[in-house]
Order: sequence, then structure tokens, then C-alpha cells
Amino acid sequence: MLRSGNAFNALLLAVVVICALGVVTSQHKARKLFIALQQEKEHAQKMEVEWGQLQLEQSTWATPRRVGEIAEQKLQMRLPKGEQVKFIRVEPSGQTKIQP
Amino acid sequence: MNYAASAHPDITAKLPGWRATALFIVLLAGLAGLMGRAVYLQGIHDDFLKKKGDARYSRVIEVSAHRGMIADRNGEPLAVSTPVESVWASPQDVEADRRQVKKLSQILGMEMQEVQNRLFNISRDFVYLKRQLPPDQVEKVVSLNIPGILLQREYRRYYPAGEEAAQILGFTGQDDNGQEGLELALQEQLAGKRGSQRVIKDRRGHIVEDVGSLHEPKHGTDVTLSIDSKIQYLAYRELKNAVLRHHAKSGSVVVLDALNGEVLALANYPSFNPNNRGNVSSGEMRNRAIADLFEPGSTMKPFTVATAIEAGKIHSDTIIGTENGVFTVSGRKIHDQHPEAMMTVSQIIQKSSNVGAAKIALTLKSETLWQSFSDSGFGEQTGSGFPGETSGKLRDAKTWRHIEQATMSYGHGISVSLLQLARAYMIFANDGELRPISLLRLNAPQESKRVFSSRTVQAVKGMLEKVVSADGTAPLAQVAGYRVAGKTGTAHKLENGRYINRYIASFVGIAPASKPRLVVAVMIDEPSKGEYYGGQVAAPVFSKVTSAALHSLNVPNDAPLDNVIIPGANIVKEEV
Repeated sequence: MLRSGNAFNALLLAVVVICALGVVTSQHKARKLFIALQQEKEHAQKMEVEWGQLQLEQSTWATPRRVGEIAEQKLQMRLPKGEQVKFIRVEPSGQTKIQP
Repeated sequence: MNYAASAHPDITAKLPGWRATALFIVLLAGLAGLMGRAVYLQGIHDDFLKKKGDARYSRVIEVSAHRGMIADRNGEPLAVSTPVESVWASPQDVEADRRQVKKLSQILGMEMQEVQNRLFNISRDFVYLKRQLPPDQVEKVVSLNIPGILLQREYRRYYPAGEEAAQILGFTGQDDNGQEGLELALQEQLAGKRGSQRVIKDRRGHIVEDVGSLHEPKHGTDVTLSIDSKIQYLAYRELKNAVLRHHAKSGSVVVLDALNGEVLALANYPSFNPNNRGNVSSGEMRNRAIADLFEPGSTMKPFTVATAIEAGKIHSDTIIGTENGVFTVSGRKIHDQHPEAMMTVSQIIQKSSNVGAAKIALTLKSETLWQSFSDSGFGEQTGSGFPGETSGKLRDAKTWRHIEQATMSYGHGISVSLLQLARAYMIFANDGELRPISLLRLNAPQESKRVFSSRTVQAVKGMLEKVVSADGTAPLAQVAGYRVAGKTGTAHKLENGRYINRYIASFVGIAPASKPRLVVAVMIDEPSKGEYYGGQVAAPVFSKVTSAALHSLNVPNDAPLDNVIIPGANIVKEEV
């Protein structure tokens, strides 16, 4: 009776020690994961900032004013004149008809 | 004396027994005291120590929230917040030698003396060195690694469209709150709310545990406007050219979607650069198209005519005696620039006859005319929700005198904003129905209100199309490949209640006339290089903006591309 009680207590002690160690390791893991999460969050925020800056950059390069200037001055583009335009209308029958 | 020698090894000292007992009791009491204290500190009065412990590693950190983006109808950004760092110092903690201070001042582009003064001003514990620094400079500051110099994240707002859309967007202040324009009107949606979070930090300052957030941060919502940045640019460019060419004081252009009342473009000149507002004058900042009133002049005539048609008094071919250009009402003379004995109603609009318009107005009851103007949205706000919007001036019909009813028919004695005028023309584009204006992109059109019957509108639209013909007042408003309809306006300006010889030239038009998509209104204030008629100054701007906008929206042509008839040297001038 007494012997088995001692063995039971020893078992409980072992379980408690194992649990305690488990708590410590899981806490450690949790911290490590948390730090990783934090880093990812920081990264995500950095990406978001960069996205915003890239959006700004893109819209600055692509302002209609700049596009228009480059088209006209560098690429010598201009709107076609009236007689240079032909309209092609698709009739309901499927035939196409060229209109001046 | 030698003590060691005198102590006899055989004698065991007999100490009194109470001494041991007393010592034991004292020690026991000490132990009890310590235990009591421990129980007291850890069990009963534990707040204090907990607090002290928390203070060592637990921190509340601010979580920043950014302001929402304003985008145009196609998602192009018009206002974006991007984080920038401000450099600040805590002078009590600063440890820097001369070399470091010198480097720092070079990076920040400041005088070394100035930096030194701020860094070593021990009386303060917080001092900004420079606010809103670009990222590359921030990196250099960080690499100097000077203790006591810290960064604070702030947001700066950028406006890629610059001066083109400056008044409509408005701007934010230093703290990223809306101060003007839509930034102010949409503050609720756009503003983010900072959050705070309690965390545990280790001794190197890394966050190791998130204990819980005190306030969730709330990022601002993005807002999509009805503005089309391409049309906005075209409108601004043409407006600017016209204002400069005619040496005018200012000008505005409004482009509306004729079907649902969305504002596709709203430009004002002079403007300012919202990304770098040094000293902006209030004149540049004001959204003239929405906030300023002017007497519209002849652009009111279509409403007078439509009211009379609706009341059954006239139809487009009714002949009105135009008195050879001079008509006296209550002792005041009304003139026409090109006198005729008789004109049809259609010609009255085409050639913009004041006498004709006045005569038509006098066939109506003043209440009828007032009701019709009021139903067309004059004297009330447009529904845009823009801060500082004016509702215009339309006096109660009971106070109208006879002569006022006559002059009101051609737009004198009534004040409108350009946006209001453009909105009213939506009636002619939209088969007689009026809708509220929206500066935000709509998914479904807002509720409309019928003002004129479809038949009346068709008749008036036919007259408006003749205005842009070679013998109308605005042949320069023609657009290649499209039929357009519109009306010119030229009005004397009012100064201290008197009309002066300075003018406001305007043109409001609808395109394409067969199936309207756009309403474009142009107003040029004080053109002062000879030409000042709406047909000469404002109509060409209308033509260019409309042509470009129709192309940009891929609207199919409704006329051959060679439809533009180049007018003779003398354009029909309207009476002002």
C-alpha cells in the first residue's frame, strides 16, 4: 500500500516535471513564432508602404500631361484628320460596310 | 597580552540557557516578520509590485492607421498618403561628437549651428530636427546611430494630378486631417483612427508578446470619385490655354455625365500645386465652379423658352415681333445686337435675342417662370455635398417687378454657379429629367425629377443645335464627327450693384445631340483682349474639351467627320 503510494507519487512528480518542461518549451516556441509573426507583419507593412509609393510613382510617370507631351514631341504622334479616318460598321447581317 | 594563551582549552564556558532561547525567539520573530512581509507584498498588497514589474517590460505602443486613398473613377490615385519619418531628438540622451553633428546637419540640409542648438538644448526633452523626410535621407540618419536621435512615423499626402484637380480635391493639414475640398467633405470616411496595443518587450527592445490591443487601429476607407482624370486633365489644359490667351482673370469648366449626374471633370484656373503649397492665395484655392456666383446671361434663355412651350404659349415656329431691336419695359430699354422686325422662337435662341426672350417671358405669369427656374435647380444646392457650395440667388416671384421678369428671361437679376448651370442643362440632355450632382462614382443613377416634358425638350434641343450652326452665335463650338447643342452667354459683371463694362463669357452644351452623353459648361471671367463674347471665348474651349472627352470615352460618332462648317469672319454676336 505504502510502496504503491510512493510509486504513484513519483509518477505524478515525473508528470508534473514533464508538464512544466512542456510549458517552458511551448512558451519558448510561442515567443519565437510571435517574433516571426511580428517580422512578417513589419514586412507586410513595408510592402504596403512600397505599394503606395509605387502607385504614386506609376501615376506620376503616367500623368496624361506627360503621356501627351511624349506622344506629341518625341513620337511625333497626332490626332488623325477627318479625311484620314474611315469607319467600319458591322451590319446586322454580318457584312461590313466602310463609311467615309 | 596573549589571549590565545590565556584561554584554557579545558574550560568549557557555561553560558546561561536563556541566551540561546532568546536568540532563537529573535530569529524566529525575524523569520515571521519576513514571511509576513512576503505574504503582504505578494498576496494582499500585490498591485504595487505588479505595476513595477510591468513597467520593466510591458509597453503600450501606438499603432498608426493611414488615411484612405482618393481614386478617380478608373482607380487612378488622386490623393495617396505615404509614410514619411520625422527626425526628433531627446536632448538629455544625446551623445554626439562634433563630427557626427556635422554629418547629421549635412544629411538634413540644415546649418550646423542650428542642429547643435536643438540637440543640446537640455531644457527640453523633445525637439523636432526635421519633419517629413524622404526615405533615403532617413536611412542615412539611422546609419549614423547617434543615441537620443529618434524617428517618428508620419503620413504625407501626395496628389499626382497636381494643380489640375487642386480645388476639387482640396488638401490636408500637417496632422493629415482634411482642410479643404473633398478631403474635408469626406473626412469621416478617409480618416484613419490610431490604435494602441500593450506588448511585452525584451531587453533589446524586441516585442516578444502581444498582451492585447487596447484600441484596434482603423484604417481610412478608400474613396472613388466620379472624376475621370484624363478628362480632368484635358479640361484643365484647354481652360488654362483659354484664360491665358484671352488675358482673363479666371475660368472654370464642368463636365457632367448627362445621364446620371456624375461630375467627370471640374477644373478651375488659376490653380495651385497641392504638393507644395507655399503661399496659396484664397483665390487660387476657391473652387469657383461651385462656390462663386455669376449672372448667367443668355444661357438662361432656353429655360424661358422651354417654360413658355410647356405652358402652351408658343412653339418653335411661333413668330415673335422683335421690335427692330429695341423694346421698352417700364421705361427701361432692352436691346438686340442685330435688330430684326420678327423672329421665330427658334431664331431667338439661335441668335440670342434679348427682346424676343423678354417678350416670351412677359406672356407668362411670374410664378410660372419662377417655378420652372426653381424646378430646374436654380436657387438650390446641386447635391454635390462640396463644402462651401453656393445655392445661387433666385428671388421669390412675389418680389419681381415687370422689368425684372423681362431681364430674368435672359439671365440678368439671377445668380448661379457654373455647376448649377451645367446641372440644369442636364434636363435638355436627359429628356426633361433633372438629377442631383454626384462627385462620387455611382453604381446606379440617383432619383430624378421631371421638369419639362419630352416633347418640349426635343423642341428646345433642336433650337440649341442651331446655335452652333454657321449663322448661330457659336459656330466655334462645333465638334468634328459629333452633333452638339448648346447656348452661349455673355454678361456684364456686377460691381457694387451696377453693371460694368467687363464681361463673363460662357457656353453650356450637350454632346452628342442625338444621344447625349456629356454636358460641358465653360465660364471665362473677364476676358480682356478684345474678344469677350461667349461664342468667341468660351465656345472654342467647349469644342476642344468635348471633342477630346468624347474620344476618350469612345462615344460613337453621330455625324460625318467633315461636319464642321468654318464660319465667316463675322460670327453672329449676341446682345449682352
